[in-house]
Amino acid sequence: MLILISHIGIGAVDLAAAFLFLYGLHRMSSPVTAPSGIFVAGIGMAVAVVASFLYAFDVGAAARANLPVNLGLAVVALLLGGGVAWWGGRKVAMTAMPQMVAIYNGMGGGAAGAIAAVELFGNKAQGATALFMTLLGALIGAVSFSGSLIAWAKLDGVINKPVRVKGQQVFNGLALLLTVALGAYIVVASADSAALILAMPTWIYLFFACALALGILMTLPIGGADMPVVISIFNAFTGLAVGIEGYVLQNPALMIAGMVVGAAGMLLTLLMAKAMNRSVSNVIFTNFGDVVTRKQGKIKGSLKPIQPGDAGIAMRYAASVIIVPGYGLAVSQGQAKLYDFVKLLQTGGVSVKFAVHPVAGRMPGQMDVLLAEAGVPYDLIFQLEDINDEFASADVALVIGANDVVNPAARIDKSSAIYGMPILNADHAKQVFVIKRGEGKGYAGIVNELFYADNCNMVYGDAQAVLIKMSEAVRGLGLPAVA
Amino acid sequence: MDFQISISGFVALYIFMLTAFAGWVIIGRVPAILHTPLMSGSNFVHGIVVVGGIYALLNASTVQEQVIGFVAVLFGAGNAAGGYAVTDRMLAMFKTSGHPAGHGANSKAGTVKSIHAKKH
Repeated sequence: MLILISHIGIGAVDLAAAFLFLYGLHRMSSPVTAPSGIFVAGIGMAVAVVASFLYAFDVGAAARANLPVNLGLAVVALLLGGGVAWWGGRKVAMTAMPQMVAIYNGMGGGAAGAIAAVELFGNKAQGATALFMTLLGALIGAVSFSGSLIAWAKLDGVINKPVRVKGQQVFNGLALLLTVALGAYIVVASADSAALILAMPTWIYLFFACALALGILMTLPIGGADMPVVISIFNAFTGLAVGIEGYVLQNPALMIAGMVVGAAGMLLTLLMAKAMNRSVSNVIFTNFGDVVTRKQGKIKGSLKPIQPGDAGIAMRYAASVIIVPGYGLAVSQGQAKLYDFVKLLQTGGVSVKFAVHPVAGRMPGQMDVLLAEAGVPYDLIFQLEDINDEFASADVALVIGANDVVNPAARIDKSSAIYGMPILNADHAKQVFVIKRGEGKGYAGIVNELFYADNCNMVYGDAQAVLIKMSEAVRGLGLPAVA
Repeated sequence: MDFQISISGFVALYIFMLTAFAGWVIIGRVPAILHTPLMSGSNFVHGIVVVGGIYALLNASTVQEQVIGFVAVLFGAGNAAGGYAVTDRMLAMFKTSGHPAGHGANSKAGTVKSIHAKKH
């Protein structure tokens, strides 16, 4: 009787949880409803976790003696893992969000891999199909786990340079083949265990070792600037692994939640790759940024530096200003100072808008979050396709710590590495100011013609310091506020 | 009546196909401005793996299975709790001009239906 009740209870709660996840994600399609969306999904998670303890009424005979201990372990693990991660998530700075998401994602992949390991070592997956699915989930989960850790290390600056050796792609391909072969051997050998050369657990250990190594090898050669795509891929991977292990455990809530995330992650990955003008395989398999010695047409014009104060005053007298924030702004932590300056302009009656490129920041949409953190209302923030036509009628385009995303070469120069990439048409504005630390190149390693254009002036310096000077200059005018 | 769930073969493929489609459609509607919270939000959703971890741990019969099961629950709980914490924090920051930042679940930050409706 207890067993029946626990089955009905878990079944009903998991069904509700699956609905709440879908409904919660659905509500995330607008900034107005999004906070309630995550709350709804959170309720689904909480009830599913509580209800999962009903499994205690239906444990196998072999595990029954361990049940009190296992229950205690489960509670300790929940409180410890959940508590530490919650604390970390509350503390982390918004600029460090990409590496935090990478860690949480790796944990999910690791959990899926660990579930597969319990099934494999306990010999619980019976039959070729179940075994195949368990191993597939284990492979994807383990790759996502170790790969996410490397992505974290790169984003956090623990690993600074892409690690590349000759023939790496061939080596990675062989590692993948070896892992698949080990998995295939486990499936075949489990049907006929007499043929085993080594004991089964040894093969399982080897399989996991190879899968983990594969995740590391795959991620090491990829450059830091490509991490948005990589995190997105691993997010999708973890989702897939969870969905597949859900099938193994015959739990539809895991299957549904995992597969939704898998599909979502794939879609986001494709969107990101499109915004970077590259295919997904290009990100993973080629070493972007190596081709710095690309020949380039002669550049006309010269770099024309201008003082921050003069640029600030020019903007105060403009009718409309469009700001293009890039990662350089986040590096100097200048978002709040930028919004101070914008508020000064707005009090003076200047129309100010923000134009955000899809790949600004270290993960998709990170610049939007950083601006939101500084207090910028989201109705001032526009995406590329919504604002690109407005540059032509804008008095000033203010480019802060961005480079490749405003390089006109992407539109016209077929020989350029970024040709075809969608860019913000900052060069169409009547006047362009570029705040930049120095004369260096963007991560694509190409010179930006925009900086040499007649309508462009350079403001050199740290973004935060420059913005403070601009604000001082505008305040110094002592003009009365308009409207 | 049998309440034991049994999903096999094509039924599983149907579930995967329908959910993948639903995920694709739902996520395709999310504006680019929300892509970071969306990614951490979907990251939170696959934290449901913790439920599988609890199942595996409760059914562990050897010390080895107990250790791995413990790790599964530990990581799964971290995934879920951390994903929720950062997503909730980020979403609370988004606000429109003239409205204070909506916080937590009860955001009343304006009645703007399409966030760029006033573009024209």
